[in-house]
Formats: sequence, C-alpha cells, structure tokens
Amino acid sequence: MLQGSNLECARGDRVLFSGINFSIKPGELMQVRGPNGSGKTSLLRMLCGLTVPSSGEINWNGTSIRSLGADYFSMITYLGHLSGVKDELTAIENLRITSALAGVDIDEKIAYQALQKIGLEERETLLAKVLSQGQKRRVALARLILVNTKLWILDEPLTALDVSAIEFIKNIIEQYLAQGGMVILTTHQEIDIRATVTHQLYLS
Amino acid sequence: MLTWVIRRDLLLAMRRQADVLTTLFFFIIVVSLFPLGVGPEMNTLRIMAPGIVWVAALLASMLSLGRMFSNDYLDGTLEQILLSPTSLSLLVLGKMLSHWLITGVPLVLMAPVLGIQYDLPFSALVVLTLSLLLGTPILSLIGAIGAALTLGLRGGGVLVSLLVLPLYIPVLIFGAGAVEASTAGLGFEAHFSLLGAFLLASLVFAPWATAASLRISME
Repeated sequence: MLQGSNLECARGDRVLFSGINFSIKPGELMQVRGPNGSGKTSLLRMLCGLTVPSSGEINWNGTSIRSLGADYFSMITYLGHLSGVKDELTAIENLRITSALAGVDIDEKIAYQALQKIGLEERETLLAKVLSQGQKRRVALARLILVNTKLWILDEPLTALDVSAIEFIKNIIEQYLAQGGMVILTTHQEIDIRATVTHQLYLS
Repeated sequence: MLTWVIRRDLLLAMRRQADVLTTLFFFIIVVSLFPLGVGPEMNTLRIMAPGIVWVAALLASMLSLGRMFSNDYLDGTLEQILLSPTSLSLLVLGKMLSHWLITGVPLVLMAPVLGIQYDLPFSALVVLTLSLLLGTPILSLIGAIGAALTLGLRGGGVLVSLLVLPLYIPVLIFGAGAVEASTAGLGFEAHFSLLGAFLLASLVFAPWATAASLRISME
C-alpha cells in the first residue's frame, strides 16, 4: 500500500501543490489530473523517490520510502516523459538493458517476444534513431510486460501512441490491476481503465 | 550488473566513434604542438616531455567528462539508473570504468609513440606508459564527481574544469615525477606506490561521492 500524507512541492518560492493526501491499495488505480504546469510530473517523481517532498511523507506499507531505498526501487516501475531509449541501440538492446537495470535479466528471445507483443514486429533489430516517436514509446512500454513489480508509475504513457497501441496498453494495465498491481498515471487523454477502485487526484 | 553497464557504454562508444576519436586526436595534437613551438632542441624536449604528455592527458580526459552522464541525463536513462534496485555506486563505477576504457586506454597506448617525438629513451617510455596506466583511471574516477555535480548546469563544461583540475594536481606531480626520476637515474617506485594509493583511495571514495552528487543533481 502506498500512502502520501500532506505532500507539498515547492520550486523556489512558488508552491506547486500542497496538502495532497492519498492512499492506494493493490488492484487500485490512481489518475493524477491537472493543467500543464500543475506539478503532475513533480508529484510522480516524488512518489518514485527521485525528489524529496518539501513537506509531508510518503509511506510504503507504513515505512517511509526514503528509509526503504533500494528495496522500494525493486518494487516500482517508473516510466517518465523521457523514455530512456538510446538512439544508437537497437530496440532489442534497449529493452534488454533497461530490463537489466530494473533487475530483470532477459535473454534475446524473451525481449524479441515482448517487442512482438507490443507491435514492433520486424523492427527489433533496427537502431532506435530510425524508429518513430510512437515506436520508441512502444520500446519503452515493452518493459512493463517483462518486469515483476508491485507499483507502476506512468507519466503520460499514451503520448505519441496510435489507437491500437493505446488499446493494448489499456489492456496491459487492466490485466495488471486484476492481478493485484497498483498503477498511478497521468494522462490528458480520456481513457476508461477498468479497476476495482479508481482514485482521481486533481492538482490545480 | 557492472558488466551490463560497461558493455552498454562500450557499444554506444563503438556506434558513436567520433566521441572517442576527438579525445584521442586532441591528445595527439596537443602533444605534437610543443616540439613545433619550442623548437627541435633535443635536451629541452627530453626534459619537458613527461610534463607535456601528462598535462595533455589531463586535458584530454577532462574534455570527455561532460559526456559521461549528460547523454543519459538528456534521454531519461539516468532516471532509470537512479531507480535501479542495484546499488547506484556500483552502476556509477561501471560508468567510470567504461569512461576509462574509452578515453584513458587509447591515451596510454598512444603515449609511447608520442614519447618518441621527444627522444625519450626506451626505459623512460616504459615508465611513462606505466604511470599513465596507473594514473588515467584516477582521472576518470575523480572527474566523474565533477561531471555529476555539474550535470544539467549551463556552462557546466567550464565549471567542471575548475572543479576537477585542482584535484588532478597530485596525479600530475607523481605521474610526471616518476618519468623524471627514472631519466635522472633515481628510483620511481615511490611515485608508483603513491599513484597506486591514489588509485585505491579514489576507487573506494569516488563511486560513493558520484552517486551522492547524481542524486542531488537529479532533484
């Protein structure tokens, strides 16, 4: 269970948001909404442990994520604005390396299958620089199929994706939630993801 | 995990060879300029050689520091590295070692060839190469701290040289000193012991300091 209490984010003198409270349990989805510049990405980076909230606390099963450190990182998967896909590496190499960083060593065959599933057939051995924005995004998203974590934190996962890819990602998320995963995501698109409980968090 | 990081960085360097070659050619050109500027007086050149080669190695190694983390920072890989369940110090150590393999080792291999321009005797060439072999990893290790601290800053390139060059001074003194001592017929073992000690100390300390700096820079 991930719980945030009284979270505040300040950039210099400007307070982006304050007094944010939420709690999310296995099988639940939280959508973070708000206009551009309202601090959605800052909140997600905070929940990952990349930044420290200027006040408030984030707890995983009652323990502060700061004190959990690497144990917390092994339970989450974060997908940011920047997809972390290297132009000079092929789709397969990219996927294998990001998975290895996440602590899952996969061989070429598994990476191949994951990329096929996500609709990159026959693009596996192309350098990422010749892929389109949407295809690069798919390479980054393919990691979701492979990792075995309890919480996904997704920052605008659907940007640059076409209709069929959006549908596919929606299915993956629903499947994951049904298996007891937790998902926190931001998106500007209207998307209807089935979950036992869907929290809406508005930042203004 | 360490091998994954090193393999990835070497693969990237192979596909982006310009980065590796610029550092090496910078080193070659700087070292070759001095005989042209100072004139072909053999005795002067022989005395100056260790210092020149070492200063050029410092500058060449520093030239490539900016790229150590900035590419990963710009495309989001660094966030994933920071969020990896593997210890950040270990991953950073991997990046330091690959930086040395990509920029340090070519300098070490090229140094004896350049030393010939300065009419260094064979024994001095051997000592020069060995001193660079011991010294260049220290440059990558210490340089990484500066690169991590200046990550994402405007004008970070200049700042990193101001931060890092003073820390390179001991390496320069004992690296060049070893060659001078050997040409003077004195023992160079003490210099090598000190370089080895610096290397061990920075191997222990630098990954930890760089990891902490990266976390601060990414906030």
